[in-house]
Amino acid sequence: MTAEALPAPRAAARPLSRIFAGAAGPVAVVVLALLAVWYVAAVLANWSLVAEAFARGGIPATFGDVLAGTLGGERPVLPAPHQILAELWKTVVDTPVTSRRSLVLHGWVTLSSTLLGFAIGALTGIVLAVAIVHLRMLEKSLMPWIISSQTVPILAIAPIIIVVLGSIGIRGVLPKSIISAYLCFFPVTIGMVKGLTSPDVLQRDLMRTYSASVADTLWKLRLPASVPYLFASLKVAVAISLVGAIVAELPTGAQAGLGARLLAGSYYGQTIQIWAALFAAAILAAALVAVVGMVERLVLRAMGARR
Amino acid sequence: MRIEGSAGTGGMAATSNGVQVIDIAGLTLTFDTADGPVYALSNVDLTISEGEFVSFIGPSGCGKTTLLRVIADLERPTGGHIRVNGVSPEEARLRRDYGYVFQSPALYPWRTIEKNVMLPLEIFGLPKAERRERARTFLELVNLKGFERKFPWQLSGGMQQRASIARALSFDPRLLLMDEPFGALDEIVRDHLNEQLLRLWGKTGKTVLFVTHSIPEAVFLSTKIVVMSPRPGRIIDVIDCDLPRERTLDIRETPAFLAIAHRVRDGLRAGHSYED
Repeated sequence: MTAEALPAPRAAARPLSRIFAGAAGPVAVVVLALLAVWYVAAVLANWSLVAEAFARGGIPATFGDVLAGTLGGERPVLPAPHQILAELWKTVVDTPVTSRRSLVLHGWVTLSSTLLGFAIGALTGIVLAVAIVHLRMLEKSLMPWIISSQTVPILAIAPIIIVVLGSIGIRGVLPKSIISAYLCFFPVTIGMVKGLTSPDVLQRDLMRTYSASVADTLWKLRLPASVPYLFASLKVAVAISLVGAIVAELPTGAQAGLGARLLAGSYYGQTIQIWAALFAAAILAAALVAVVGMVERLVLRAMGARR
Repeated sequence: MRIEGSAGTGGMAATSNGVQVIDIAGLTLTFDTADGPVYALSNVDLTISEGEFVSFIGPSGCGKTTLLRVIADLERPTGGHIRVNGVSPEEARLRRDYGYVFQSPALYPWRTIEKNVMLPLEIFGLPKAERRERARTFLELVNLKGFERKFPWQLSGGMQQRASIARALSFDPRLLLMDEPFGALDEIVRDHLNEQLLRLWGKTGKTVLFVTHSIPEAVFLSTKIVVMSPRPGRIIDVIDCDLPRERTLDIRETPAFLAIAHRVRDGLRAGHSYED
C-alpha cells in the first residue's frame, strides 16, 4: 500500500507547473479572466436598469436581489455568459433544425452563402493575380481599382448589389455570395501576386534554360511556389467571407441567416438572441479558419514542408 | 530537341574532334545602369571544341559568369559574334542544347529529388516511363541512388548540387554550363565532387564550360583554362592544360600541375596589376 501511495504526493506536488507547461494552462487563465471581466461588466451595465425596475415596482430590493437581476434579466443591456450559453444550447440542441428558431438552420443559411462566396472570391482572386503577374500593364491599370474597391463601405454597396441583381432576376443565395466574394477576393489577389512573384532569379532562370513556356512556368514554378501565400490569404478570406454573408443579410430583409437573426434580435431588443447569434458567427468563423489551416497542413506536408 | 541516346555512350566525344561548340569573336556586353555604363565583357574572342572541359577563372566581377550567361542566352551581348553549336545562343537554348548548373542547386523545394530531375523532361514532354527511367539512371550516375523520394532539404548541400547536375544531364544536352557549382561547399566535399565530375565527364563526353575562382579546381578539371580580368571583363590568357585525362587528386602535387597553376596565377596577377 505504501509503495502505491508514494508516487501520489509527487504528482500532486507540482500540478500547477504541469498545467502551465502546455498550452492548456495559459488558455484556461485567459478564458477565466475574460469571463470574470465579462461578469463584472454585465453587473455594472445592467445595474441601474434592474435597480430602476425594482424602484418602479415599489419593491424593496436588497443588494443580492439586484445582483441576481443583473445576471438573469430577460432583456439585459449586456447578457451574462451563462445566459448566452443557455440560449445557444436552446436554439442549437433543443430546437429541431427545421424550426425557424433553430440557430443551426440560420447558421447553415449563412454558411452556404459564405462557402459559395468564398469559392467565387478565391477563384476570382487567383485569376486576377495570375493576370496581373503576366500582364504588367494590368498591375498599373487594375490594381488601383482593386484597392479602391475595398475602401467602399460594404454596408453601403450591399443593398445596391442586391437590388441590381434582383432586377435581373438573380435572387436567393447568389447575391449574398457575391457580396462575400467582393470582400474576400482582395486578400487572395494581394497574397497571390506576392506568391506568384516569389520564385527567385535562379529558379526563373532555370525555366528559361529549358525554354519553358509561360504556362509551364506558371504550373511548375509560380503556382507551387505561391501555395504558402495562398493559404495565408485564404485564412483571412474565409473569415471575411462570413462577415460579408452576414452583412449581406442585414440590409436585405433576409428571412433566415445569422444576419437576419441579429437584425430580428435588435428589432425586438432581444439582446441575448443577438449575442447568441454573434457567438454562433464567431464559432463558425473559427471553425472555417481551422479547416483552412488543416487543409494547409496537409497540402504543405505533401509538398515536402519540413516537419 | 536532342533527347535520344543516354549517358555512358559518348565514347566518341570523349576526345576533341575539332568541331566548334563555341565560337566567339569580338563579343562585348555593356550594362546601362543608373551610375553609367558597366563594361561587363570587352572584345572577347574564344573558340571551344567538342568534348573539351574549359574553366573560366578570374576575380569577382571579371565577367566570367556573364560570359556563361551570354552563351546560355540568359544575357544578350551588345556587340560581337557568337555561335553555340553553330547557331545563335537563342536557337541553341530553344533547341535545348545545354544543361545549366547554377551557383546554388536551385532545386524546387516542393518536388522530391526524383521529380526535380524529371522537371526538364516533363517540360520537354517525355512519356512518364522514360522520365522515371532517366531520373533513375542519372541519379545513379551522381551517386544519389536511394534518395529519389527525399525532398531537397533532407539532403546536404553537396548532395543537392549533385542532384542539380543530374537534372542538367537528364535530357542529355551536348553542352554542360556550370557556374561556380561547388563555390558554396567546403574544401573536402569540393575535392570529392571534383573527382566525381571528372569521372562523369569521362563517361558522358560532354563539352563542359566551368566557371570557378579556385586555381587548383580549374587546373585539376580542365583541358583548357581561360583566365579573365575585370573592368572591363576580357580574356588575358588561354592556357592548355595537357595533364593526362585520368586524374586523381594526387596529381595536384606533381610538377606539371604546379607549373600550370603557376601560369594561371601569373595571369591573374597580371590582370590585377593595373589596380595597384
